Amino acid sequence: MPVTNSPRTLFDKIWDDHVVERLKDGTCILYIDRHLVHEVTSPQAFEGLRMSGRRVRRPDATVAVVDHNVPTSDRSKPIEEPESRLQIETLEKNVAEFGVPYFPLRSASQGIVHVVGPEQGISLPGMTIVCGDSHTSTHGALGSLAFGIGTSEVEHVLATQTILQKPAKNMRVSVEGKVGPGVTAKDIMLAIIGRIGTAGGTGHVIEFAGSAIRDLDMAGRMTLCNMSIEAGARAGLVAPDETTFAYVKGRPFAPKGEAFEQACEYWRSLASDEGAYFDTEVTLAAEEIIPSVTWGTSPQDVLPIDGFVPSPSDVADPARAAQIQRALDYMGLEAGQKIAGTPVDVVFIGSCTNSRLEDLRAAADVVRGRHVADGVRAMIVPGSGLVKHAAEAEGLDKVFLAAGFEWREAGCSMCLGMNPDRLTPGQRCASTSNRNFEGRQGPDGRTHLCSPAMAAAAAVTGRLCDVRELVKETV
Amino acid sequence: MDKFTELTAIAAPMPTENIDTDQIIPARFLKTIQRTGLGKNAFAAQRYDADGNEKPDFVLNQEPYRHAEILITYDNLGCGSSREHAPWALLDFGIRCVIAPSFADIFFNNCFKNGILPIPLPREICDELMDDARQGSNSRLTVDLERQVIVRPNGETIAFEVDPFRRHMLLEGLDDIGQTMAHDAEISSFEHRPSRAWVPSITIGTVK
Repeated sequence: MPVTNSPRTLFDKIWDDHVVERLKDGTCILYIDRHLVHEVTSPQAFEGLRMSGRRVRRPDATVAVVDHNVPTSDRSKPIEEPESRLQIETLEKNVAEFGVPYFPLRSASQGIVHVVGPEQGISLPGMTIVCGDSHTSTHGALGSLAFGIGTSEVEHVLATQTILQKPAKNMRVSVEGKVGPGVTAKDIMLAIIGRIGTAGGTGHVIEFAGSAIRDLDMAGRMTLCNMSIEAGARAGLVAPDETTFAYVKGRPFAPKGEAFEQACEYWRSLASDEGAYFDTEVTLAAEEIIPSVTWGTSPQDVLPIDGFVPSPSDVADPARAAQIQRALDYMGLEAGQKIAGTPVDVVFIGSCTNSRLEDLRAAADVVRGRHVADGVRAMIVPGSGLVKHAAEAEGLDKVFLAAGFEWREAGCSMCLGMNPDRLTPGQRCASTSNRNFEGRQGPDGRTHLCSPAMAAAAAVTGRLCDVRELVKETV
Repeated sequence: MDKFTELTAIAAPMPTENIDTDQIIPARFLKTIQRTGLGKNAFAAQRYDADGNEKPDFVLNQEPYRHAEILITYDNLGCGSSREHAPWALLDFGIRCVIAPSFADIFFNNCFKNGILPIPLPREICDELMDDARQGSNSRLTVDLERQVIVRPNGETIAFEVDPFRRHMLLEGLDDIGQTMAHDAEISSFEHRPSRAWVPSITIGTVK
């Protein structure tokens, strides 16, 4: 491991502390502290182990949950879809055979892998964390290097507890100043993706910095890091600070007592050094960010809520113009129209991006005393059983149910259209999830990404609208 | 994994940026516990109508492109989900090589793990290859990994770069788990470093 005196970034430090060996072409064998496993991207990996007679090297560093496939309705009933059931049963068989800790479907702590990991203290600062899921970047909010991997790499990590990689480039995105009322971590991240594009972070790890980021609570930082992948980055990071330590302290699998204090001392040493080199730097002014939504079929198709849908004639490149036209056709929008006022059919508040207690509180603040608009289906899907329980303890379930929302069980739900929660063709959805790709929420479904507060505002007005106008009324 | 040495095959033109892995294989087809059989649903939304009939205007439904083994696209191919089902679907359809100006990181990596060669080339060159690919039955390219060149239908060659380690793995058809396991002693020694004492273990039976 090279120890140099030159200033290093947060990413450099975590990387250096996990290099087992540097091979001669520069590829590193990188040690992995936590491997999170779910039912969709793991069956072929366990099968690979079985076929080659290999074991899981570190079951005590591996945790499995079910989330993608599970219905979010009544859990007392068996899972109807045979293929989903098979995938869940296969995971259960695999974790039993290989001795991997597992949160079963009917556990009170079951939930979306990227909600459960931090919530349980399984994911900690300074760690390397992988999962066969691109939104593993979420855990970077703790100041850990966390990234998604494919199933072949899942098998590699199960067998060796390492992965083969070359170091990424460093990018720093600084958001300075204070955001205005009604502007959330989601709006900040959509603004960043709108600025740098969905390939803007390719080959980089993004460190989020600046006063507006420091001001975010852990849920907000998770929202931000979650969508690093939508900016093309390998991972997102926020330097661990007192907000992080207060969050981690007392979590079930976090270090305790003196071990915790020692860990904090190490975690404090990870912040990027003064003068550390970043290959790419981007700065945004927090005051310029307003509540935002996406209009098209790529997360970079971002508009401030007072904005207008673009036109193919706005761009010179014919391939890009064709793509704008295709997105307009798919989304059923007209070039140049105001995005505010667009009627919605469905509102989905959930997903690994925005399903934590803080997200539900933000939505409830908008909903309280109002009702879901006629003809709109609105659903709340907490990120974990514990989030659901905590929200119920605060009475948030009653706020949502009284307003006509569905209050569901934890899971990935309508983020990705592989469980029963899906859009039907042509339906338009205000969604707190992370991807608005064609067909993402169900074949021919139309997705507008936004924050929980903005989604709640869309639910009660039946249209995409500026949440600040609703909040103003109540003040 | 099958070796990749030299491939002479039909190249299909898909002149689109940001082809995401949800397009390559929609999530509803991920409920499999196998690696094979996904080819029939590759690009399902663009390939089939609501009744499951082929859409004739989609390139991979046309001759000779339904036999394509090379895909040419524009920037940021494979963005989005990490699902390895995307390269599995391409491979099962018959694709062994993808060429684009840029790729999303995880997809790029996943291709190598499955014997698919991803080649990044400048947009101008991709434009030329896109024109070649539009030539129907004359859209055959040769991709020679040994020499690191693409031979166009007119005989012109285009050199490409590839990571030496990954090239070696593809040429030999190796999977890297066995190779990494040869470093077991170094991995064990890493695990016992005193600086790692703070990292807690997760014990089975404690998860509820």
